[in-house]
Amino acid sequence: MATKLPPKDVVLVGFGWTASIIGQELTDAGLQVLALERGAFRDTVPDFATTKIQDELRYAVRNELFEEPERETLTFRNSMDQTALPMRHLGSFKPAAGAGGAGVHWNGQNWRFLPTDFLQRSHIEQRYGKDFIPPDMTIQDWGVTYDELEPFYDRFEYLCGISGQAGNIQGKIQDGGNPFEGPRKRGFPLPPLKRSYGTVLFEKAAKEVGYKPFPCPAANTSKAYKNIYGVQLGECTYCGFCEWFGCGNYSKSSPQTTVFPVLLHKDNFELRTHMSVTKVLLDSSGKRATGVIYVDPQGREFEQPADLVILTAFAQHNVHLLLLSGIGKPYDPVKNEGVVGRNYAYQITSSVNVFLDDIVNPFMGAGALGQAIDEFNGDNFDHGPVKFVGGGYIALWTTGGRPILQHHLPKDAPKWGSGWKKAMADNYLRSLSIATHGSVMSYRDSYLDLDPTYRDEYGNPLLRLTFDFHPNEHLMSAFLTEKAAGIAKAMKPRHMDANPRQGHYTIVPYQTTHNTGGAVMGVDPHTSVVNRYLQSWDVPNLFVVGSCAFPQNAGYNPTGTVGALAYWAANAIRTQYMKKPGPLVSA
Amino acid sequence: MKTKTHVCVAVAAIVAGGLFAVAPTLLARETSHGSIERGRYLVAAGDCAACHTDERGKPFAGGRAVPTPFGTIYSTNITPDGETGIGNWTSDDFYRAMHEGIAPGGEHLYPAFPYPWYTKLTRPDVDDIRTFLATIPPVKQENKSPELPWPFSVREVMTGWNALYFKEGTFQSNPQKSAEWNLGAYLVEGLGHCGACHSPKNFAGAPKRDKAYQGGYGENWYATSLGGDLHDGLGQWSADDIVQYLKTGANKRAAAFGPMAEVVHNSTQHLDDKDLHAIAVYLKDLPPHETPSTTNAANDNNKPENAERLARGRGVYLDDCAGCHMENGEGLAGIFPPLKGNNVVQAKDPETVVHIILSGEKTAVTKENPTGFAMPAFDWKLSDQQVADLVTYLRSAWGNHGDQLDKGKVADTRKTLVAARTQ
Repeated sequence: MATKLPPKDVVLVGFGWTASIIGQELTDAGLQVLALERGAFRDTVPDFATTKIQDELRYAVRNELFEEPERETLTFRNSMDQTALPMRHLGSFKPAAGAGGAGVHWNGQNWRFLPTDFLQRSHIEQRYGKDFIPPDMTIQDWGVTYDELEPFYDRFEYLCGISGQAGNIQGKIQDGGNPFEGPRKRGFPLPPLKRSYGTVLFEKAAKEVGYKPFPCPAANTSKAYKNIYGVQLGECTYCGFCEWFGCGNYSKSSPQTTVFPVLLHKDNFELRTHMSVTKVLLDSSGKRATGVIYVDPQGREFEQPADLVILTAFAQHNVHLLLLSGIGKPYDPVKNEGVVGRNYAYQITSSVNVFLDDIVNPFMGAGALGQAIDEFNGDNFDHGPVKFVGGGYIALWTTGGRPILQHHLPKDAPKWGSGWKKAMADNYLRSLSIATHGSVMSYRDSYLDLDPTYRDEYGNPLLRLTFDFHPNEHLMSAFLTEKAAGIAKAMKPRHMDANPRQGHYTIVPYQTTHNTGGAVMGVDPHTSVVNRYLQSWDVPNLFVVGSCAFPQNAGYNPTGTVGALAYWAANAIRTQYMKKPGPLVSA
Repeated sequence: MKTKTHVCVAVAAIVAGGLFAVAPTLLARETSHGSIERGRYLVAAGDCAACHTDERGKPFAGGRAVPTPFGTIYSTNITPDGETGIGNWTSDDFYRAMHEGIAPGGEHLYPAFPYPWYTKLTRPDVDDIRTFLATIPPVKQENKSPELPWPFSVREVMTGWNALYFKEGTFQSNPQKSAEWNLGAYLVEGLGHCGACHSPKNFAGAPKRDKAYQGGYGENWYATSLGGDLHDGLGQWSADDIVQYLKTGANKRAAAFGPMAEVVHNSTQHLDDKDLHAIAVYLKDLPPHETPSTTNAANDNNKPENAERLARGRGVYLDDCAGCHMENGEGLAGIFPPLKGNNVVQAKDPETVVHIILSGEKTAVTKENPTGFAMPAFDWKLSDQQVADLVTYLRSAWGNHGDQLDKGKVADTRKTLVAARTQ
């Protein structure tokens, strides 16, 4: 029997980027906010202390900052005719556990989606005709436009202190920036990061081929920065330990370095860690959330009443909680009905490794220190001849040169022994990798539901992921890989290897933690879980925030858009919902 | 156990030659604040909450352990509860406690309660403090007895201590100095009780009158000199530097940490700029003192064993420190304090810098500077010898001055810190 606790105005489920942003905004509006986090509290010191955090084995190989599959996982299969099995080791993606969420261990590659990305179906239909979209591709418009989100992208960038070079300020194309980006109100808060030699070589080669390379927008601070809440960030030291690590010297934007110092001291904010939310409670009408049930580490159940429930956990966890709580109609791919779990998507990546005579010092890096070209992203080029939907950026990142996982050897190098050692000595300082980062469209047979067999430690069914790459994505990724190889060739390497993504999607090895969809936003309750303000169609005092709202995934890393959506939803709650609680869009 | 903010086992009977017995008019209650609001302000200026509010307790209900070299004292309940607080005290009772260190019934208070400083307060100020304290919610919470060994457990001992070291008396302004200087003096010598930490003390825990503000000890910290010394003092600081430090917790020269971070957080950030500037003017007028550290033995590169040692220290610095404090020792303005020219690094006794290296520290959190940067501990990876080499390097690099540091001193500090943690 759950112990009933005193009510709160707002309960946030999970305490990463979206919860920190919404918590900060709603406490500013005077609400009593409680955040429930399944993991531990973590802060720069002592948890990510510099010289301690630079431990590749502990954090990148043994996954210390992530969720533990032995406690919580999902099951996976490629197609509906298979039996899904539990993911017992973190592989293709690594969700975080603990305060700050994945905002702690990201690289800091912070992008905006393109204006046409938000009009994925209507724009393609308009430009290429309805028949251009395969019948099983269930892409749709977001219900929010780039222009509407622009102020909220801006706010997130000025929260983080993004380092970058604007390419389009109020419609005016800027030299050295990304000329394809949507118009931004103003430039980035910080100038681009210092350059690594690898990015200089890439830039030169890309220009030779005829592209317009630009420095990637980075949440690694190029200079000291005081953010919109008065919180101060340091200056990146290019230690090369961003992804899988917390930042030890306050120079990677994370909830810890941008929001916690102000939010955690507020009298109207409370954080409870090690609390796993297992259910959102509804009243007898089923149209109103009354709070949540959570379980503490001793297994005791608590009922936390709240007027407003906001799911701010990782994408799949938000969807899982909706399914466990019976909120919204679960998606059924056979009948093509229901919405919860529908339109799961991911990212398709590939690379081209380049081996040079020059020494490039790969160890001097930062998670988002890179140069990219955007000629082949979204609908920046004519898709008519190529016959696929989507695209991606091509970038040379110099994120670091860690010894275990960040080295490149020619494919024909020996795999062990003295030959391997020699190849390593010859190539460690003289190799680079060009990455392609492709979009993944949504499909009728790519979805999330509850597993019929496997259960979690609370006795609840695990979430089941059914997903595979489709011919459209393979075609697109092969196209990007070929373009990347063209740039690689222009770098005049002594050797190069292309690593295209081929065959079925597999849950190993690591690809990206860019899982999207399952609780998508939209204008039609029959094809979306939440409205354009991320408010549940079925339960108006429930909001679901995160990349689970993406109707399909674009060719960029998702965090910038996740941050913008969090501010967008918080703004809707502050300016509309608080004045008149109820549906913000009539169904 | 969390250590206490500051220990005030002392008397600041400042020998201020030429003070005239003129009642101070500088703090005339000309402000539009009511008595309560002024009391609230004075309570912040006196940092009363630092001792009288326990971390896990209700405001001003006491119970916070205050470790002294003589034993542990517990702060008392100063809420207006009639039975366990000071609700039944008359304003004369309260004034006597503040002015003479004697509670109703004639019981002597220990000078961990800074009456040796508060004696300087004017009667109207003391009355305002009491007026404010009467407005806070009363809390019923019994006071804990001090844990002091004989003879300190006998309060009458304080009669002798007072006779020797305590000089009762309201602040007298110095007509030869400006009104601002006098306001600063009143705040520093009275409510601020800065000398409680920043003055050296004698065997009885009383500040040495002839060495006021030349640097002192409080709970494993060495509080630097507030005098005009260039290395171990505020000689290089401008008055504005001091104001910025007290207001925000950091300036381009330093960041507050440890007990001083709490002082800034609880007290000085709440003071208005006029008062902070007055404090700065007074402190900037404190004379420098001679220190042997100016001979800079650490920098004597002519001796080969020194050069070797400095090279080892520099190696540790580049590996473990330069990422934030930068290779040139200049830090990052307002974020990571510079070690070049840093008065804590160059202090006569490097106890504090050793303490920070071993156990890490958090900088002050203030309204203007909410971040609260923290330096991590290095006790888990650096040996006593490495820390000693590092500190010796810090005290010689970039024009810094200071004696060499022996590893035995690091071992002592390490032992003390471990003991404090496991208490």
